[in-house]
Amino acid sequence: MAEEVVLLDFWPSPFGMRSRIALAEKGIKYEHKEEDLRNKSALLLQMNPVHKKIPVLIHNGKPVCESLIQVQYIDEVWHDKAPLLPSDPYQKATARFWADYVDKKIYEVGGRVWKTKGEKQATAKKELIETLKLLEKELGDKPYFGGESLGYVDVAFIPFYSWFYALEKCGNFSIEAECPKLIAWAKRCMQKESVAKSLPDQQKVYDFILEMKKHFGIE
Amino acid sequence: MGEEVKVFGYWASPYSYRAELALKLKGVSYEYINEDIFGNKSDLLLKYNPVHKKVPVLLHNGKSIVESVVILEYIEETWKHNLYLPQDPYDKATARFWIKFIDEKCFPTLWLAAWSPENEREKVTNEACEYMKTLESALNGKKFFGGETIGMVDIVASSVGYFIRVTQEIMGLNLLSADKFPQLFQWSEDFANCSIVKESLPPRDKLLPFVKGLIAKYQQDNAKA
Repeated sequence: MAEEVVLLDFWPSPFGMRSRIALAEKGIKYEHKEEDLRNKSALLLQMNPVHKKIPVLIHNGKPVCESLIQVQYIDEVWHDKAPLLPSDPYQKATARFWADYVDKKIYEVGGRVWKTKGEKQATAKKELIETLKLLEKELGDKPYFGGESLGYVDVAFIPFYSWFYALEKCGNFSIEAECPKLIAWAKRCMQKESVAKSLPDQQKVYDFILEMKKHFGIE
Repeated sequence: MGEEVKVFGYWASPYSYRAELALKLKGVSYEYINEDIFGNKSDLLLKYNPVHKKVPVLLHNGKSIVESVVILEYIEETWKHNLYLPQDPYDKATARFWIKFIDEKCFPTLWLAAWSPENEREKVTNEACEYMKTLESALNGKKFFGGETIGMVDIVASSVGYFIRVTQEIMGLNLLSADKFPQLFQWSEDFANCSIVKESLPPRDKLLPFVKGLIAKYQQDNAKA
């Protein structure tokens, strides 16, 4: 059967990266369509009329929106290869909890690190480190959040690693100094082809952030 | 079989309610512990939910599960009868989409519309109406979001269908009205009239004064800020 898989995406989006990694883990061939968010395509507006956001996964013409919902969908449809969620309900719930935690915290707090200055930035940096330390504690001595292999939480979280360099430069701090085990985990993930091919170069992301700052008039 | 199921909740919490309704729909017996969330949270609550320190917490044979939607998914996967999520992955993804939409857009905006100061209320109200129109489209002529029977989207939408309706009564607002949103209004009536829902919802006469007090507190805190 001819499966048609399309991903509407934007290269620096950590949310888009999640779906890229999941598809790569499962070995799914798909068409990657880069969106210009200042000039959204008719297809994007048609496939995600509610939010008009990327990423959108289109499977045989039907759209799935929201990155973590996409990752779960990919895991359920292509269930015979590289399972991302555990089969045990309690372990699954734990994975969902931590992915939800990443969703609630990292993007928003990270955003404040590069968008603000002075005291607001100092607060954001402190909050980010606290958040990362909690995740580092959850990782413990496991090679991945998923245990012996890449799992749902790893896929949810690793995209943000591509933003770390930009955040460090903007905030003038070192994440590795505060969370060495987490950086070790990130580098371990980056050795996987599915992750390495899905994350953009950190310098490129930094250049993008600088452009955004100029655009929004943030020094 | 000795199953130990406990719910740490708060009688007026719409999130806590979701966990209880799901267990009732599955016919699972549980012990309910009401937490004094505005006063003194118990040591057990802080032990079982150290990250967020919130209700609801589901305790199953000593293991804790937190965050209402995570709890709903866990209950569905553990007690595999009276299923409330579709089996088909695409339909499941669609249900999850609407659940996220309710929790991130509908419910928070509707709550905000209830207590915002006069000068901000119109903008928030317009936004809330847009979200309700979108949510109504998800019903698509069905009796419930889950089809003929209550599904997970309905469980989550109880926050809008019941708790927000009570809130609006207090504030003299008429956002979720039969003429503006006929399908959504009818759904909220049908939902509240299901026997299992009717007997488990916190009673209106108790909820009204509680929400009134909560709104007053929000308005006070906002005025101070």
